[in-house]
Amino acid sequence: MKFMQLNRRNAAACALVCAAFAFGGAPAHAQDCGSKDSIVIPTHNWSSQIVMSHVIGQLFEKIGCNVEYTSTDSQAVYEAVRIGDATIEVEVWEGAFAASFNKALDKGGIIDAGNHAAVTREEWWYPAFVEEHCPGLPDWKALKACAAKFSRPDSGGKGVFVDGPVDWAHDHFVPMIDALELNFVMKNVGGAAALWAELEAAAKKNEPIVLFNWTPNFTDALYGGKFIEFPARTDACIKDASWGVNPKAVRDCGNPADGYLKKAAWHGMPVKWPAAYKALTRVSFTTNQIGTMAVYVDVDEMEHDEAAARWISENEEVWKPWLYAAQ
Amino acid sequence: MREWLARGMPPRHRARGVLALCALVALLALLKGAGWMPRFLDELPQHFETADTGGISHNELLPADLLLDRVFYFLLDDLGLSAVTRFVSRSLKELINIFDNMLLGGGKGFGFDAPPWSALLAVAMVLGYALRGWKLSLLCGGTLLYCALSGLWKFTMQTLALLAAAVPISILIGLLLGILAYKRRAVERALLPVMSVAQTLPHFAYLIPVVVFFGVGHQTGVIATIIFAVPPMVRLTLLGLRKVPPEITEAGKMAGCGNWQLLTRVQLPSARNEILLGVNQVIMQCLAMVVIAAFIGASGLGYRLLHKLQALKIGQSLEIGIAIVLLAVALDGLSRAWAEKKRDYTANLPLLARFKYPLLAVGLAAGALLAARYFPVLDRVPRDLAVSYAATWDALVDWIVINWSDGLDAFRYFLILNILAPLRDALLFMPYIAVLALVGGLGLILGGWYSALLTSGLFAFIALAGWWDRAMITAYMVIFATFICVLIGVPLGIWSALRESRASRALFWCDTFQTFPSFIYILPVIMLFQVNDLSAILAVIVYAIIPAVRYTVEGMRNVPRELHEAVTMAGCGRWQRLVQLELPVALPHIMLGVNQTIMFAFSMVIIAAFVGTIDLGQQIFKALSESNIGKGVVLGLCVSFMALSVDHLVTRWSRERRRLLGMD
Repeated sequence: MKFMQLNRRNAAACALVCAAFAFGGAPAHAQDCGSKDSIVIPTHNWSSQIVMSHVIGQLFEKIGCNVEYTSTDSQAVYEAVRIGDATIEVEVWEGAFAASFNKALDKGGIIDAGNHAAVTREEWWYPAFVEEHCPGLPDWKALKACAAKFSRPDSGGKGVFVDGPVDWAHDHFVPMIDALELNFVMKNVGGAAALWAELEAAAKKNEPIVLFNWTPNFTDALYGGKFIEFPARTDACIKDASWGVNPKAVRDCGNPADGYLKKAAWHGMPVKWPAAYKALTRVSFTTNQIGTMAVYVDVDEMEHDEAAARWISENEEVWKPWLYAAQ
Repeated sequence: MREWLARGMPPRHRARGVLALCALVALLALLKGAGWMPRFLDELPQHFETADTGGISHNELLPADLLLDRVFYFLLDDLGLSAVTRFVSRSLKELINIFDNMLLGGGKGFGFDAPPWSALLAVAMVLGYALRGWKLSLLCGGTLLYCALSGLWKFTMQTLALLAAAVPISILIGLLLGILAYKRRAVERALLPVMSVAQTLPHFAYLIPVVVFFGVGHQTGVIATIIFAVPPMVRLTLLGLRKVPPEITEAGKMAGCGNWQLLTRVQLPSARNEILLGVNQVIMQCLAMVVIAAFIGASGLGYRLLHKLQALKIGQSLEIGIAIVLLAVALDGLSRAWAEKKRDYTANLPLLARFKYPLLAVGLAAGALLAARYFPVLDRVPRDLAVSYAATWDALVDWIVINWSDGLDAFRYFLILNILAPLRDALLFMPYIAVLALVGGLGLILGGWYSALLTSGLFAFIALAGWWDRAMITAYMVIFATFICVLIGVPLGIWSALRESRASRALFWCDTFQTFPSFIYILPVIMLFQVNDLSAILAVIVYAIIPAVRYTVEGMRNVPRELHEAVTMAGCGRWQRLVQLELPVALPHIMLGVNQTIMFAFSMVIIAAFVGTIDLGQQIFKALSESNIGKGVVLGLCVSFMALSVDHLVTRWSRERRRLLGMD
């Protein structure tokens, strides 16, 4: 049996080599991609991004591209894409990465490859059980009233908001805490893993916790939970002090509730791999699809490439138009 | 004159010196408390975060970060170094691809099929048996069996491919630099301080230049690993060559050796033991970097571990951690056995006997290949058959979190409010000039003006570079962690050393735990103690206690047997022998252990920034994600300089002590 497999694999390899050398005889799809160099797809440390990278990579392979994956830091990646070390980035979150992305855009070398259908939200969040401790949530006024319940030994009686690492650049929250007169302090953890460790421990001990989180994320499926409803973000809130609940301060509102989720590409990609670039611009995942991909890995314990293959096999009608729509 | 500069206070005056120093520091603190301290002696301008812009201000006196940035980008862009580094990067990638293909099959290389795990296992077992015997053979076999059965085969092979590229290159570079340093004094003089800094620089600080110069990806991880693994190889090569007796070199010359022959035929073979120990160290250092290199794109077990941690799968991370430890122990055993293997130059064996092990390995591997055709499970263990005990570990962590939390809460409150916070505030309150006086004064007492200048100069850099407060927060965590490590580790070491069997077991556990990836226990610690300095300090303690135990055991063991006999004959009891003989004689070595504990603490406290600290480590991580070379390197140097000052003082003291005891 194994022998048969070997043969088939050899045959396939031979076919590929033949295709590469025999000019006119190549199967149609092998020409589509453009350059034979590998498209470098960077992966980060959260599941949906890795699976999405593999989905897009496997789709690229369907049109004859060579693909390789490399793990990188999620902020440093924009510099890598800008200088061509990595070719694309499949999840550019507005809240977390807009600053790095815009900086790279200004320097030149990176291009905006369009938005996903998914809307992202990054905001103060609590797991469902916290509502017992602090009735009235998710309204921010309820949170304000319960501040003491979220306090810790080193917070001096104030509530603690468990925030992501400093390099996620949450510059909005400090002035927001002041403007809304929340009796809270921010506690920056060192990495996303620390954030989930805090959440898990609080859930185990049934202790109130409010932390930074985003959707779509694997926590949606595991803990329930809601975002705190701060006053809605508007332009006026940022620029005009007289707007909102605090007439003397700007930023008396939450984070945008409808952030973009973009794709980005190296500026040489449209020339070097035109078909892959066209497909990338058409790729558009919904919140549900992203959540499903995260669940395949985080709950069903699949490997990333398997999860990607499963998603591709189950959603043919979704991706077919991305690849084969009229050029 | 030079000698006078390098001489410390005579021992009989030391107590007075220390007293005077304490008085001086106290006086400076009092002056500040009373408000009489001029501001420029109290604090220098520092970096601070501005919430509105998200940027940092550059108002430090010594804009070292901007200068470094300029130097780096001059090298990179204007001198066109980036073309060279990118070329190195690409070539290395090809090399790794070859190893990847050999171990994992497929890919863009030769299109080999991956060898079945059972074949590699057979080869590893024969290798272990040939080098040492059954025990090592079983260890190697067990390791690979574990990796295959726990479904980690692919990642293990990726890590092995990484090692296969990084180890030989590190050895080659280390050997070359070591020989150069041996031949040219100037090279040695330039190399030693660079290596000292490199070995104390936090890993994450030099990842930044590596990323900027070499890009991201698997090969960049390999380059970082190489940089980390080279210094011990250089040191040991140099040491080995130095130890070659002049008689041997003379004999070589008399036999008519040229320079090259002298080196390759006489000196290097004579230095074999040290060089092979260096090889062993290189392998261990590479494995220690597996997880850290994954931050900049190295694939394999480290990458897998980071990803599992990120999804809070503690049990699965632990399985991966154990795989890394097993690999380290097996490779350590193999390389040591290889180093200690005596070559029999006189035996004149028939061809078959000489090649019996290679033949056996090839035969078994071929057998395994054949068997794998009929029993696919010998080729790849399918995932539904993979053995996992992760759920048990997870349940254990859950149980501890749920049942211990209440008791630990009181402990946590007490420590944070009554000890940690006051200690931190005290260090932050200290005017920088008082700290400079303290380290400089200690230098003066122990090593004379030269040491005083060195230590206070290194600390002055931190003050001038504008990172003083954050450095003090790092220092306070290191001080407290070291204190606890010594408090627990030294008595533990003494207790272990009381009985020989216990001592060797203690050393075995020290070796094992040293390669256990420290990232894993950070998460359970957070779950128990939440994100705060206490959690970071506990993570540091778990890691840094190892050298305290190890050096204590070694120090106690190395007390000469004759001395034992002598004091026993003089009528000392066990207790008297311990207090009057063993501890004083072992003390210099124990102090080296304390020194290592401090070095480990400095390195771990930066990794503990993963918990969420507000010290130098936090900023280093930030610099890493901003790819900010200058800032990252300067921050790294701040950590390195503190560590080097301590290292300088302790080694000086220990060396002098050993001289006084007549041990050198």
